[in-house]
Amino acid sequence: MIRFEHIVKRYGQKTVLDGVSAVIPTGKITSLIGPNGAGKSTLLSIMCRLLKQEEGKVFLNDRELNEYGNKELAKKLSILKQSNNLDLKLTVRDLVSFGRFPYSNGRMKQEDWQKVEEAMAFCEITDLQDTYIDELSGGQRQRAFISMTMAQDTDYLLLDEPLNNLDMKHSVQVMKMLRRLVDELGKTVVIVIHEINFAAQYSDHIIAMKEGAICYDDDAGQVIQGHVLEDIFEMPFEIIERNNKKICNYFNL
Amino acid sequence: MRQKYLIPSMVFLLLVVATLFVFYNTGKNLDFVLPRRLIRLATMLVVGISVAYSSIIFQTITNNRILTPAIMGYESIFILFQTILVFFYGDRTFQAITQEENFFYAVVLMMGFSVFMYVLIFGKAKRNIYQLLLVGVVLGALFQTLGQFIQIVIDPNEFSIVQNFMFVSFTKMNTQLLLIASITLLVSLVYVHRYLKYLDVISLGRDIAVNLGLDYEKLIRKFMLVIAVLVSVSTALVGPITFLGILVANLTYELCVTKKHRLVVVCCSLLSCLFLVVGQFLVEHVFNFSTNVTIVINFVGGLYFMYLIFNSRKRI
Repeated sequence: MIRFEHIVKRYGQKTVLDGVSAVIPTGKITSLIGPNGAGKSTLLSIMCRLLKQEEGKVFLNDRELNEYGNKELAKKLSILKQSNNLDLKLTVRDLVSFGRFPYSNGRMKQEDWQKVEEAMAFCEITDLQDTYIDELSGGQRQRAFISMTMAQDTDYLLLDEPLNNLDMKHSVQVMKMLRRLVDELGKTVVIVIHEINFAAQYSDHIIAMKEGAICYDDDAGQVIQGHVLEDIFEMPFEIIERNNKKICNYFNL
Repeated sequence: MRQKYLIPSMVFLLLVVATLFVFYNTGKNLDFVLPRRLIRLATMLVVGISVAYSSIIFQTITNNRILTPAIMGYESIFILFQTILVFFYGDRTFQAITQEENFFYAVVLMMGFSVFMYVLIFGKAKRNIYQLLLVGVVLGALFQTLGQFIQIVIDPNEFSIVQNFMFVSFTKMNTQLLLIASITLLVSLVYVHRYLKYLDVISLGRDIAVNLGLDYEKLIRKFMLVIAVLVSVSTALVGPITFLGILVANLTYELCVTKKHRLVVVCCSLLSCLFLVVGQFLVEHVFNFSTNVTIVINFVGGLYFMYLIFNSRKRI
């Protein structure tokens, strides 16, 4: 369980997060939504120690985050940020094997390679394993990086805009993969996401943020309602129900 | 296949070249020639290895392939220090201060500079490595111009002492200094060896490195100190030679397919030693000291580098 209490983060004079508290439910996909500049990515980075907060505490399994050793934490919680434009000559297999670093410390054992194989198979990139990552398409590359975080074998995966620059097909692929991570392997996934329909279709829980504060924190079904979304994004929404699925329309309203 | 033979063949090549360097055209006076050549050879190996290590580490932690520690002003701080010494002591400089003391001060000074820069940048807020570079470039320029200012003020005869530090030369013979520098190099290599594997992860960028459980800031601090020591070794022995780093590091990336830094640094060290020995050989026997090793290395290396770039373009 990830829990954070009263997180405050400032960049200079500007307060980006203003006393934010919430609990991330275990074994579910939680989506962080909200307009640009609401502090979603900052919150995600603080949850995984990439950024230090000015005030407040983050707890992982009721233990404060900075009480964990770096390596210990790397086995429990992994993060994938949105910009991964490496111009390194690395093959997919090499990249994914880096996910084992917290365990192997650079010396890969048989079981480490086993995990790498599994992670690649799960993300369906096994046949790309000898391709260099700078030769991959956006979707393939994203899956390669997710595969690396998977090889890390953590209970918690935090992803910052995993659908960035992906077309519909690849977006659906990535979201289905995350769904399987939760449903089949019991992981906890937190994503920052902009496309509201992906959040609506694939997540269990939604935390909506606005101007550095959390404004809604509820099951996906409760947040995906016309008046709620209108309040979050300050624009008109229309919710279309079809086959028990809620589709948000915000075009030409 | 090619990869497997790369390091052995480079070792072999280096041995051949080194033997040639020592025994070619010795003349009759072996007792005089051989020890001097051996000292020069040892100097080149020490310098080659420190340049290779410092450049590879620096390029990896900055995620940039066109930088060398020279850009951080390490060398200009060394030259400024020498200039100030000469300014105060004049032609009595090396009576007032021995070469060994000088080396010691240079190491302390550069490490101090490293720590200062680090505290300045990372001390209060988390800032990124590019700000570190920017401050380094600006301070480097400051030290350089300060140095130049003092050089203009001092007596021309005394300036020639300073000049000695400003240009690369392998003919500065100083066995005592060489010994100290070798020991320093050896200690820092042993120290840095167990951290080399972290460079593989650091090359993926800060976020991924932290995600994979590295204490990123602490590691950068350690690497910066090691770089400072290595740069002082090469600069104190032969002068500002880290330019060689860009060339050999990039050639290594082209030749060496693996990204494991433990192998990359070995490869790069061999390459930079090869360049130095061949360059110095050409200077001594082909050009009869009419040119210097800097020019030879840059010319040969530049041509080869262009060849590599054209070749890689054809492949794409």
